[in-house]
Amino acid sequence: MSEQKNIILSVKDLEVKFKVRDRVLTAIRNISMDFEEGKVVAIVGESGSGKSVFTKTFTGMLEINGEVSKGEIWFEGQDLAKIKKDSDWEKIRGKKIATVFQDPMTSLNPVKKIGDQISEVIIKHQGKSKAEAKKMAIEMMAKVGIKDPDLRYDEYPFMYSGGMRQRIVIAIALACRPRILICDEPTTALDVTIQAQIIRLIKDLSEEYGFTTIYITHDLGVVANVADVVAVMYAGQIIEYGKVDEIFYDSRHPYTWGLLSSLPQLGEKGEDLFAIRGTPPSLFEEIKGDAFAPRSNYAMKIDYEEEPPFFKVTDTHYAKTWLLDPRAPKVEPPAAVKELHERMLTLTSKGGIYGER
Amino acid sequence: MSVNKEKEVLLDVKHLEVTFSNSKKHVFKAVKDANFQIFKGETFALVGESGSGKTTIARAIIRLNDTSDGEILFRGKKINGKLSKEDKKWVQRNIQMIFQDPAASLNERATIDYCISEGLYNFHLYTDEADRQKKVDMALDSVGLLPEHKSRYPHEFSGGQRQRVGIARAMIMEPEFIIADEPISALDVSIRAQVLNLMNKFKEERGLTYMFIAHDLSVVRYFADRIAVIHNGRIVEVAPSNELFHFPIHPYTRSLLQAVPMPDPEIEKAKELKPYDQEKENLVDETGSLQEIKPGHFIFMAENEREEYEAIVKEMEKVKE
Repeated sequence: MSEQKNIILSVKDLEVKFKVRDRVLTAIRNISMDFEEGKVVAIVGESGSGKSVFTKTFTGMLEINGEVSKGEIWFEGQDLAKIKKDSDWEKIRGKKIATVFQDPMTSLNPVKKIGDQISEVIIKHQGKSKAEAKKMAIEMMAKVGIKDPDLRYDEYPFMYSGGMRQRIVIAIALACRPRILICDEPTTALDVTIQAQIIRLIKDLSEEYGFTTIYITHDLGVVANVADVVAVMYAGQIIEYGKVDEIFYDSRHPYTWGLLSSLPQLGEKGEDLFAIRGTPPSLFEEIKGDAFAPRSNYAMKIDYEEEPPFFKVTDTHYAKTWLLDPRAPKVEPPAAVKELHERMLTLTSKGGIYGER
Repeated sequence: MSVNKEKEVLLDVKHLEVTFSNSKKHVFKAVKDANFQIFKGETFALVGESGSGKTTIARAIIRLNDTSDGEILFRGKKINGKLSKEDKKWVQRNIQMIFQDPAASLNERATIDYCISEGLYNFHLYTDEADRQKKVDMALDSVGLLPEHKSRYPHEFSGGQRQRVGIARAMIMEPEFIIADEPISALDVSIRAQVLNLMNKFKEERGLTYMFIAHDLSVVRYFADRIAVIHNGRIVEVAPSNELFHFPIHPYTRSLLQAVPMPDPEIEKAKELKPYDQEKENLVDETGSLQEIKPGHFIFMAENEREEYEAIVKEMEKVKE
């Protein structure tokens, strides 16, 4: 989708299928996307939209019943979709592309000292000695904001708070200096005040180390904070893609409009909150036309018949909706979306509801 | 604490304390001297981080946690501590709870029909089988599900639908009071609004009273009439919803408000973080209590802090004008 840029990871026509008992579920339906080096890309979508599955294909972590059935994933001149052996994956996973998961308690070993969990990664991937690794681990702990790291090195995960544990998980992920860091809902299990700190930490570290960040989240507030580029996913496809400003201030897909309008921050007291009606389609069945059409207020006849292509809005902004076809009637986005920035400015101005005090 | 004298108090929590201990030495106070009232027909929100004690308060009200001090009065009747069998049943029937994770709170081996009628069975709230069926159908219909869903199992539903089942099984008991413990946290953004709207519909139609537990102030602003902010087992601020958002006085409330992520890149990227540091603020003095600083607006403070807070209030009112 972008030319002449430094592309670190390039996905072409990716399709992922899962065998569930005797049925086949198509979780990813033909995604093509380039990831630009050093950028923060946020992938937004609801659960079941395929956002986690999509990024799991980059590290060979699909569940056993899933497989990349079509497409290519190019990274450092190698097609990751072709990798079969786990030993080959080990050269990529953790080392070049690392992941931070949602729940820090389940990604740490509860009976192993915090510090050792970091240094073991350094020993394994960088071949350092035990003493060197320990020194590096302590530095890393300080880097992610753990006070008195040399004292806390010997503690166990249960002695850490949720936010501190997530900092450790980030330290482990970054211990090998990966080129890409995938953050899969890294703050969903954390409290709002802690969430803001973790987001900031990842951002600062990405600037310092220059890694590319892929952020998976359903929280548009988080997206607004971290992202350079946003990809909106629905039913196994990317349906809109653009710079963060383009997605928030000039979105074109009715699903993106729906997501933005249903934010409680925009709700007016005493009025119904905007809700996207219905539920996402079943991916067991073949989807005809635009997957969002049955839930859309803007669906046209063609949406039920033919899948829309990507229409170009700007050089960096694309949306997969027939509304952008020149033959389509001109529609305006809902008022809440059109006035998003003005409304947010009022809310956050001095004296406003979320304003400075 | 009642400001509005004509309002009927439905739930009155006085000096509530809940402790957990694993031995005589290690006693942890999860809830410290909680005082609040919930009026009939209102939505009262309890907001705080995980571990702040908000769920513990809810569990104490429905008698799942023992209380170590204080009183909980429901319609003027004490409902904590030792109760007769009939009184326990009365509490169980009239106070219902909607849980956070609908997948975990429904029996996965029972049909939806059974899940929803469980309360009816326990309390024999139906005259015959036809009456029970009718009640279940009506409950399903009221949450937007179909009678044909009755024979299905919870795993066959989406998260949003399961939460509707959770609401239906609470509603069928025709309770006066519902405690909703983070009812939308496990749901997707597009589904959350559906569930919130549904809960609002019931409030209007049936004059229900809600206690709504959340960690996210942005959800609560839209939904609640009054909000209590809880930190480390201590309620630090109580105020009507609009008042709290316009005049957040306690530093912890302010840091919570400030941490709400705004879906606007320009604003969000310019935001500076001001995390709450209890020791530095030194504003939660253990000797303090909840005191009214403006009509209906309560702050946890020690007596010597009153002046400081009053100055803050004056300052804020100036800005608003």
